[in-house]
Amino acid sequence: MLAKRIIACLDIKNGRTVKGVNFENIRDAGDPVELGAFYAAAGIDELVFLDITATNEKRKTLADLAKKIAAVINIPFTVGGGVASIEDVRILLQNGADKIAVNSAAFKNPTIIADMAREFGSQCIVVAIDTKQESDGQWYVYLNGGTVPTRTTCLAWAQEAASLGAGEILLTSMNHDGTKAGFALDITAAVSKGVSIPVIASGGGGTMEHFEAVFKAGSADAALAASIFHFKEMEVHALKSFLLDKGLPIRL
Amino acid sequence: MNVAIVKYNAGNILSVTYAIERLGVSPVVTDNIEELQKADRVIFPGVGEASTAMAYLKERNLDTVIKKLEQPVLGICLGMQLLCSYSEENDTTCLSVFDERVVSFLPNGADKIPQVGWNTISDYSSNLFNDLPENAYCYFVHGYYAALGPDTAATTNYILPYSAALHKNNFYGVQFHPEKSAAVGEKILQNFLDIV
Repeated sequence: MLAKRIIACLDIKNGRTVKGVNFENIRDAGDPVELGAFYAAAGIDELVFLDITATNEKRKTLADLAKKIAAVINIPFTVGGGVASIEDVRILLQNGADKIAVNSAAFKNPTIIADMAREFGSQCIVVAIDTKQESDGQWYVYLNGGTVPTRTTCLAWAQEAASLGAGEILLTSMNHDGTKAGFALDITAAVSKGVSIPVIASGGGGTMEHFEAVFKAGSADAALAASIFHFKEMEVHALKSFLLDKGLPIRL
Repeated sequence: MNVAIVKYNAGNILSVTYAIERLGVSPVVTDNIEELQKADRVIFPGVGEASTAMAYLKERNLDTVIKKLEQPVLGICLGMQLLCSYSEENDTTCLSVFDERVVSFLPNGADKIPQVGWNTISDYSSNLFNDLPENAYCYFVHGYYAALGPDTAATTNYILPYSAALHKNNFYGVQFHPEKSAAVGEKILQNFLDIV
């Protein structure tokens, strides 16, 4: 049976792992390659390396980092942050990344999703969406690391991205990110049921029950977290044992 | 141990190279026919699209070379599919080492396509799986699969039961990615290197 995945996200700035609270107040949590290897050994299912400075500071590829990661890590990993072109994707894949996350550039020019999927296959194209629920109750897409609002709803964009050939959706709720108060169950379930590709839920995981809820009520295919793992507030193995006990298909 | 990895226009060759290096063997990545023929082991990796990959192999005569290899050969993911007779992916005639057709998952309204993630493998009938527990988890990423048949060497289940691995004579194929399947994948690659 296909397992529900637990993914650790390593936000990268200047070659170091960092994690902000609501995208602010960045703290240092170590060397990304070392931390990634630690998680792989601890039983994490997948890793995501996001260069959080890339879009704002127009920094290009993470190719060198991808290559260092690929040399030591024996599980799948995704690289993202400022990926804007076919060439960006090609270089990252050639340097050992398994999947590439695209965010703002794909929203601004959706046809690049189709171009990337045709060139490299849907399986390696992850469309990352930062979304925020506003006072009208709607979930809107935000760009450039959550700094630029749009009037497009999250579900509409997720469905368009999927129809263009995205292989997965990485959905981050800005309302929940960094709060440790639980994942955004409603929008995760709406997107997961509204597209035919896997959805990775991100933002808000603080307790083991939160992960159980996002897999059950949220219908997520995978759940991603960062700081609770980096600061050892939750052990990967203990979390996976808990979820297995709750009847979820989990790789131990 | 002289391990050759087939160089062609498919992804993840670097990941396979690194996985073999982690086992203490330095592989050569090559499309040179002589180098492939004289290697002790040949790995035929692949992430990508079937018809583009086949066209590339044919242009370089690698299609006939691969079929005739006599040492242990391991096809991974698309590499395994290309060793079958035919792929529905863009109506592609493949190498016909395994007498299997590769077909697309059909939507069942519940499971997502492609399959992405860790799934269990079982019913082993190949030395590739020596010393592995039943229901070991491996990492899969694919939208097409090879059905169960006489060459099936391990099974898995997603939407329906199908071949997680194929084995015929000196040819082995795995649908999952051993290079991304943590300790289980390392054991499978080691078993491939250890074939006598």
